[in-house]
Amino acid sequence: MHIDATEKKWIYLTFLLTFAGMGVLAAYAVMDNIHPPSNVETVDSAALHLSKEFNEDALGVKREADGSIRVTMVAARYGFFPQKLVVPVDTPVTIRIASADVLHGIHTVQSNFNTMVVPGYVSEVNTTFQKTGVFPMFCNEYCGLGHDFMWARLSVVPKEKFKL
Amino acid sequence: MQSHADVAKLGLANFWIAFITFALAALLGLYQVLERSGMIPQLESVELYFGSVSSHGVIMGFVLTTFFIMGFGYWSAGTSLKMPVWNKRLAWFGFFLTLLGTAMAAVMLFTGQASVLYTFYPPLKASPIFYIGAALLVVGSWVWVLEMIMMMHKWKQANPGQPVPLIMFGTTANAILWFFTSLGVASEDLFQLIPWSLGWIETIDVGLARTLFSWTLHAIVYFWLIPAYLAMYTLLPRLAGGKLFSDEMARISFIMLLVFSVPIGFHHLYVDPMQADGWKFLHMIGTFMVAVPTLFTGFTVIASMEVAGRMRGGKGLFGWIKTINWDDPLVLAGGLSLLMLTVGGWGGLVNASYSMDVMVHNTQWITGHFHLIFAGTSVIMYFALAYHIWPKMTGRPLVSKSLAKAQLWLWFIGMLVLTLPWHVMGLLGQPRRISVAPYGNEVAKSWIPYEMAMVVGGVILTVSALMLIVILFGTHLRRATLEDREMAYAEPVEPVLRLPALLNGFGFWAAVITVYLIASYGYPILQFFLMDTHGTFPWSI
Ligand code: HEM
Ligand SMILES: [Cu+2]
Ligand SMILES: [Cu+2]
Repeated sequence: MHIDATEKKWIYLTFLLTFAGMGVLAAYAVMDNIHPPSNVETVDSAALHLSKEFNEDALGVKREADGSIRVTMVAARYGFFPQKLVVPVDTPVTIRIASADVLHGIHTVQSNFNTMVVPGYVSEVNTTFQKTGVFPMFCNEYCGLGHDFMWARLSVVPKEKFKL
Repeated sequence: MQSHADVAKLGLANFWIAFITFALAALLGLYQVLERSGMIPQLESVELYFGSVSSHGVIMGFVLTTFFIMGFGYWSAGTSLKMPVWNKRLAWFGFFLTLLGTAMAAVMLFTGQASVLYTFYPPLKASPIFYIGAALLVVGSWVWVLEMIMMMHKWKQANPGQPVPLIMFGTTANAILWFFTSLGVASEDLFQLIPWSLGWIETIDVGLARTLFSWTLHAIVYFWLIPAYLAMYTLLPRLAGGKLFSDEMARISFIMLLVFSVPIGFHHLYVDPMQADGWKFLHMIGTFMVAVPTLFTGFTVIASMEVAGRMRGGKGLFGWIKTINWDDPLVLAGGLSLLMLTVGGWGGLVNASYSMDVMVHNTQWITGHFHLIFAGTSVIMYFALAYHIWPKMTGRPLVSKSLAKAQLWLWFIGMLVLTLPWHVMGLLGQPRRISVAPYGNEVAKSWIPYEMAMVVGGVILTVSALMLIVILFGTHLRRATLEDREMAYAEPVEPVLRLPALLNGFGFWAAVITVYLIASYGYPILQFFLMDTHGTFPWSI
């Protein structure tokens, strides 16, 4: 085997860069406690209307005992329910969402709220909205011919203006 | 008669299918950018749009690539090993099987019975004929895999102890990579989609289907990219006027690409609820390992270019860049391809990091990213390879070198104009896979200028695609004959006389991949059989 001297330096540098990159990501994941939506929880998507958590009356925004906010949503062709949400700014929010039919996805601009909504599974996202304003939440996975028209509105309001 | 007349026939048959379908899909691409921009109201139609994107995606992702790679593989094997095709009838059988699968899928796509996009995520259901066609396409390509493995094996038997020519080594690495990679989508197709679409099973586990698809979806991009790397390692150094910097490093890079890229598809599932974040973290670390062979490749190719520039009299720190033989289309394409790889690679680091991925997941950023890396970096090398090989296959000289170079430049420029705005739109929140943006809010308004840029990029690209077809047809139809039809591969600076067995074969590496695959996908797949899951019934689009 023949390895040129410059080449050898590059090999070391490559490994150094790669391991440094991994180290940063690992440190970041641990320190900032990053958890992409990964709750591995099943649900019968065909019977959401009968479920305790996702029936029509149960959907929407609620305040938990510890002051955090819980949002329960359903994605169904071609809308998110409820269609309008109001949450307080700078407050921990847990969003739980299930699909009543096919695969969907949802994200909100200017936030790190982004999850797939897979039939048969519940998606749970923990986040905190840091900017006030009205933001669209788009369906981001092709779910049929009405996909373009599937979106909801999120209002993030100052804490003192937030009422349930 | 040339010694490699039979590979020329097989190669040309595969190449023609690849590029004719490509031209068709490029026209669909033009329609898509126009439709999306909303400039021409008469074009608006969601049915047509999603039928078109499904056809465009399937053709570009599975048809152009598979046929091009098979043709290039046969040609490389025949010309580097100086051997006839092993079991020629089987090779043609594989070709026609792949073609039959393609035709079945195409009929369903063009009649709107498979508008489920190239990822065909259930529970949207296409016609069973589409899924069966996809299965035949994959099985047909496995015939090619077997051919490549057998040709390398026969050659080694006849030349004991000799290093396998680098181009054949990389081609076989790619064939093995494709075999392992395609197992994911093949199992989804055979065990889930086909029986479910035929009504033999009522429901499908969408979480399992997505997990199996992710197995294929990552490494497939290396299947597409390796031919580009092969051109850069084995042809470009000589055409640039020099030698390959290191043959051994090239082999090590191919082995690393093979081993590191196959078992790590979970970055496609970072925000999927049915996989736990521990697995996502492990796959993220594995994904970053692919940076190693990528950086090695960048080094070796650029060092080879420097060797060429200096051999042609280039002086100083950067003087060698000017003296490289840029006049050759393949050398030019190599430079442009590396530029696109550099820009696109940064985007890839964002996608691969699960903390940053949430900013861009399923936004238009993703479409921008893969057009840049795949339609740019990889496909521009397919064009250059066609220009290099077509004359040798047909025995007719290229119609016009300057036209070919202009075509490559246009592709490069068009790709930047198309994809950079897409990256921005993604950051501005635009979801991918939409035909109109009916949201009527400030966010949607902020996308408009970028939509216009996208149309300009799309037009440039379409012109370039049509130029390619004109050049290839023009060459094929010429009367003039080309005397020298031999392929000349680049010599390494240090000739390789002997190689350790690990750098000259794949038996051991195939075992490593198998173990790694079981470690990374075993439990994530098994869990669906241990949990109480609820299947999903089929839905029409
Ligand atoms: C004339 C050049 C091209 C144009 C104008 C173009 C344009 C487009 C457009 C507008 C989309 C739809 C994106 C969306 O809805 O999010 C698309 C999708 C796609 N393109 Fe291209 N494209 C071109 C060339 C290519 C090439 C050369 C390849 C690869 C070889 C490619 C691969 C794909 C794939 C796989 C999709 C499917 C994406 C999906 O389903 O999300 N395209 N293209
Ligand atoms: Cu949707
Ligand atoms: Cu990937």
